[in-house]
Amino acid sequence: MTKMVGVDVGGTFTDVFVLDEATGRASVAKVPTTRPDQSGGFLAGIGKQIADMGEIAVVVHGTTAGTNALLERKGAKIGVITTQGLGDVLEMRRRDRPRTWGLRGDFKPVVPRDRRLEVPERTLADGTIRTPVDLDAVRDAARRLIDMGCKAVAVLFANAYANPENERAAVEAVRAVWPNEHVAASSEILPEIREFERFSTTALNAYLQPEVAGYLDRLETALKGGGFKGEFLIVQSNGGVMGVETACRLPVRTALSGPAAGVIAAGYIAETAGFPDVITGDVGGTSFDVSLVAGGRSMLAPQTSIDFGMVVRTPMIEIATIGAGGGSIAWVDKGGLLNIGPESAGSDPGPVAYGRGNDRPTVTDANIVLGRIDPDNPIGGVLDRLDVDAAARAIDTHVGQPLGLTTLAAAEAILTVANSRMAGAIRLVSIERGHDPKRFSYMPFGGGGALHAGAILADVGLARAIVPRYPGVTSAMGCVIADMRQDFVQTLNVMAASVDEAAMRAVMQAHVDEGLALLDAARSRFETREVIFELDMAYVGQTHTVSVPLPVAVNGGRVDAPTRDGIAQAFDAAYHATYGRLLKDGVRRVMNLRTAVIGRRPKFDLSALAPAEGGSVEAARKGARRVHFADRWHDTAIYDRLSLPVGAVIEGPAILEQLDTTILIEPWLKGTVDPFGNVILERRA
Amino acid sequence: MSGIDPITLAVLAGRMEQIADEMDATLFRAAFNPIIAEAHDASHGLYHAATGDTLVQGKSGLPIFVGVMAFAVKAVIDKAAQDGDLADGDIYIFNDAHLGGTHLSDMRLVRPYFRDGQLFCYLASVGHWHDVGGAVPGNYNPAATDAFQEAFVLPPVRIARKGVINQDIIDILMRNTRLPQSAMGDLNGQLGALDLGVKRLDALLDEYGADTVRAALDALGERAEKLMRAELAALPDGRWEAEDFLDNDGITDRALLIRVALEIRGDKMVLDFAGTAPVTAGPVNIALPTAVATAYVAIKHIFPGLPANAGVMRPIEVRIPDGSLLSAAFPAPVGGYTETILRMIDVIFSAMAQAAPTRVVANAYGTINALSIAGKRANGAPWVMFSFFGGGHGGSPESDGLNHGNAPISTATIPPLEILEAAYPVMFRQWALRPDSAGAGAHRGGLGAVYEIELLEENARAFLFGERGRFAPKGIAGGGEAALNHFEYEQDDGWHAPPMTSKMLGMQLKRGQAVRLETPGGGGYGAPGDRDPAAVARDVALGFLSADRATALYGDAWKGSAQ
Repeated sequence: MTKMVGVDVGGTFTDVFVLDEATGRASVAKVPTTRPDQSGGFLAGIGKQIADMGEIAVVVHGTTAGTNALLERKGAKIGVITTQGLGDVLEMRRRDRPRTWGLRGDFKPVVPRDRRLEVPERTLADGTIRTPVDLDAVRDAARRLIDMGCKAVAVLFANAYANPENERAAVEAVRAVWPNEHVAASSEILPEIREFERFSTTALNAYLQPEVAGYLDRLETALKGGGFKGEFLIVQSNGGVMGVETACRLPVRTALSGPAAGVIAAGYIAETAGFPDVITGDVGGTSFDVSLVAGGRSMLAPQTSIDFGMVVRTPMIEIATIGAGGGSIAWVDKGGLLNIGPESAGSDPGPVAYGRGNDRPTVTDANIVLGRIDPDNPIGGVLDRLDVDAAARAIDTHVGQPLGLTTLAAAEAILTVANSRMAGAIRLVSIERGHDPKRFSYMPFGGGGALHAGAILADVGLARAIVPRYPGVTSAMGCVIADMRQDFVQTLNVMAASVDEAAMRAVMQAHVDEGLALLDAARSRFETREVIFELDMAYVGQTHTVSVPLPVAVNGGRVDAPTRDGIAQAFDAAYHATYGRLLKDGVRRVMNLRTAVIGRRPKFDLSALAPAEGGSVEAARKGARRVHFADRWHDTAIYDRLSLPVGAVIEGPAILEQLDTTILIEPWLKGTVDPFGNVILERRA
Repeated sequence: MSGIDPITLAVLAGRMEQIADEMDATLFRAAFNPIIAEAHDASHGLYHAATGDTLVQGKSGLPIFVGVMAFAVKAVIDKAAQDGDLADGDIYIFNDAHLGGTHLSDMRLVRPYFRDGQLFCYLASVGHWHDVGGAVPGNYNPAATDAFQEAFVLPPVRIARKGVINQDIIDILMRNTRLPQSAMGDLNGQLGALDLGVKRLDALLDEYGADTVRAALDALGERAEKLMRAELAALPDGRWEAEDFLDNDGITDRALLIRVALEIRGDKMVLDFAGTAPVTAGPVNIALPTAVATAYVAIKHIFPGLPANAGVMRPIEVRIPDGSLLSAAFPAPVGGYTETILRMIDVIFSAMAQAAPTRVVANAYGTINALSIAGKRANGAPWVMFSFFGGGHGGSPESDGLNHGNAPISTATIPPLEILEAAYPVMFRQWALRPDSAGAGAHRGGLGAVYEIELLEENARAFLFGERGRFAPKGIAGGGEAALNHFEYEQDDGWHAPPMTSKMLGMQLKRGQAVRLETPGGGGYGAPGDRDPAAVARDVALGFLSADRATALYGDAWKGSAQ
């Protein structure tokens, strides 16, 4: 039982990363994702690397099962019991619209109005119960929802964050008439102010519960059937892992599980390589996803919208997306301007060169026509060869002729515009977080990322790109690296100067107790345990809160009491860091307490990924082919990336190939293999 | 196109748009004031050196600013010509709405950008400040009869001269706002956004050369014009009219006509507002720049793929009659400009629907319903709750309208009721969709909302500035009207409605009494008879539509229909 396995199930491929802790060896596998039941590909992928599942100590899974169920509206039939007068909150959202321009599009909530039943009850903002909950009405509502065939129910009461008593009583009454593990109150899932966000998160959680719990159960059963006796963990959108029981209870926390694991891996790889400030770029089929890691820490966003009106409020690794991926379609508009996306051919039918029915040129087609992708050995092993001529014809018809460019110039133009948009996304993400992008390194991952890295370095002015050893399986690797983490929140809504220190300590202690209990229940080994407290605070009159790290010690599981002075000082420091000044007579308010309880898992030594000794640049050389850069063809050396030894320096132009990735070293760049097997792209001297 | 290669053009188009986006991001991050930081009531862009025309504008700013900013820059160009000594490092600032459009809360900063000693273009930043003096905190005064009752008025003056900040101007500004700290934060954010814009433009011009960038700007203008002409050429020639009314101006209860004639000839269009009511005493007037910018907003909603570039407007002539309430001269009050421009958008949509019914959606709810409730707490501390409320969007060729959306001129969201209840002594008895509020149609309108708000303190006064109390949002292509806006307030002897329907000052409320606002839905799209009976049956089952009204609007077919 020495093997750790990370499995990331994506739309097209299921990636597996195996680390043998005994030998320090790592191996990877990539198999097609199976649909509709993803467990087939999941098990096949593991089976490719491991014959005996009894050797596996832990399986960590990054999943899109929850996200897909939300996007495709394939969750369970659920009902809602809510405060009288407020039954439409889920459908009214926060009075927004799908797109700024056009005024088109409508919205169908996951719970239609006839399954949102109102009951008499009301709690005020200060926690006072104005109307005790009418339990007869609750029981009646529960029975009606059963009759309608609901599989789960969410109890959503106004101001339940301030006093959960009415919600608790209602949940108890529902369970009494309807024994069902899928009954949850909003104050259990997210005891935080803002009813739409809390109701939405709770309802979407209920909507996912039967589906995701069933999926994880099938996986676990199959693993056990194969002799697996280890621990099964799930990656959350906050980049930490949780036990499978927690995931079944809180499936909404898996919303961005896979991409989050990728960012965790990227941050760790970059930091180990000596570059703690890194911007990651994942070039997928339809999108380019950017995330920023500063000082080794990834950024967390408080919430995300999975789709219009489907808000999930739980801490998530912040990932910005633009519609410019390998499958994005290049087109010339009526005004004569070349555009990339947002329309995409995705992976099916995919680029023109795939020969599966798309005849409009994509970014990948441009890479193929310019010789940057080997047409005889397409990635993924699904196709035998790529149709270069068809790609060239499509580029000529849709871009070359309208703009009066040769086919090659048109292909270069497509890449220039696509690269410029990706570079733009990187600059904007940096500015929005208050960083100068020039200080950062760039880490491309995903199958296509390393084709565009050189252009992005040039455009943004970054010093280097770090191409990890296995860029195509970064998320699977992140599964193995991620720590165990639980996030808690409680709205306090009190003035900092009149905080009840003992009451606040009690809330902090309850969070820590629950978090540590979850760590205790896990079978993983933890090197250290860490508790992070943060307060959302603002001056009175301001709705925009700042996140205030609160330095309160935890000794032997016991939380020290916070002090009013300590809170005030922490706020001043955080506020000054954000806004560069303080308000002279501002009154400080504490809105929310956030607690993260983290079990740091042992980090594996990334040098395990380094190439074996004894290789040589000459031996790694596979040949040469013509590759087009700027305005002419270059004879370009092709190398087998994984055979290059540590310390190898490859001057551009060159291409490094591996199973699922092509690394393009442009003529002005050189690539160096570092001691961890990464390829560092930098300007040539 | 203007001798620039298509690849460089495509790249520069993205790079320049991004400069504006980065300026937006800089201000959103720095602003203290939630109207800017959260509701994004701000905008940035690059403007033509000679005409002030919009060259590039950020994507995140408020829709109405796309278009109105060109007038702000033009006002500065005119002032700079008078001053006669424009220099690198100068920055003008003003809020005069009769020069720059919208209302006095919007503070505009305009900075000339010089390259090699030559004026290359202007950079501008506009943001909605929290308070700019005047009679009412927050500057929404429904009883104002001139601009001075709305806010202090700052004409274009230089806040920076050759790179040196003029502290005198800042001192004057900070003495004229109730919230100087907030204002200072916004001002610093706007100055920072302009600095960033200069830095980014420097880098861009270093990389590509001023001539290439200028050529690209020209080419993008030509492209925008070409796109617009291509869209217009695809529409039939003809002349179509539409009209609608504002309930009243809040001073006199008299309906105010808004009329448009939309004429398409080949690849050109005229929007002629002749016949619109004259300037009026209350604050539903708008200044000319606002009127022209509103035409731009409507056009961008009809053709959402068009760029934010003045070239779009070259084939379009907007005729605003002198002396009308769409071209009010200083110092006529313009604080309620939102209601008037929403009605302009409605009539443009209604006219376009006759020309090309699939290009537009039916009228949205058409009023922002600015409601404030103000009082004192037991400890004497004053409080003011102020918010805008939502309603339904119009039915479209593809689907029913959106329930409870935001106004077409804005992208702001509504605060959660729990935030309002935590901040103010109120309780929402109801916050719900409003049955029977949607316009009927093959695709019905979205539903409006009901908000009933009870006072939890001893005494308070309520103020409302809304519209659509007498004239309902219209359907198109045969679709029906939505429900009217309806407002009531509770007194000892029961519920009352204000005489002006949706505008009222200072309604006295006691503890336990409430106000109730029922907002319009959106108009319907297409004939009600073409609606799928199952969709009607579903609306009845969900309680969106009463059975009686369903039969009245759609006939009996729904009764036998499975949902």
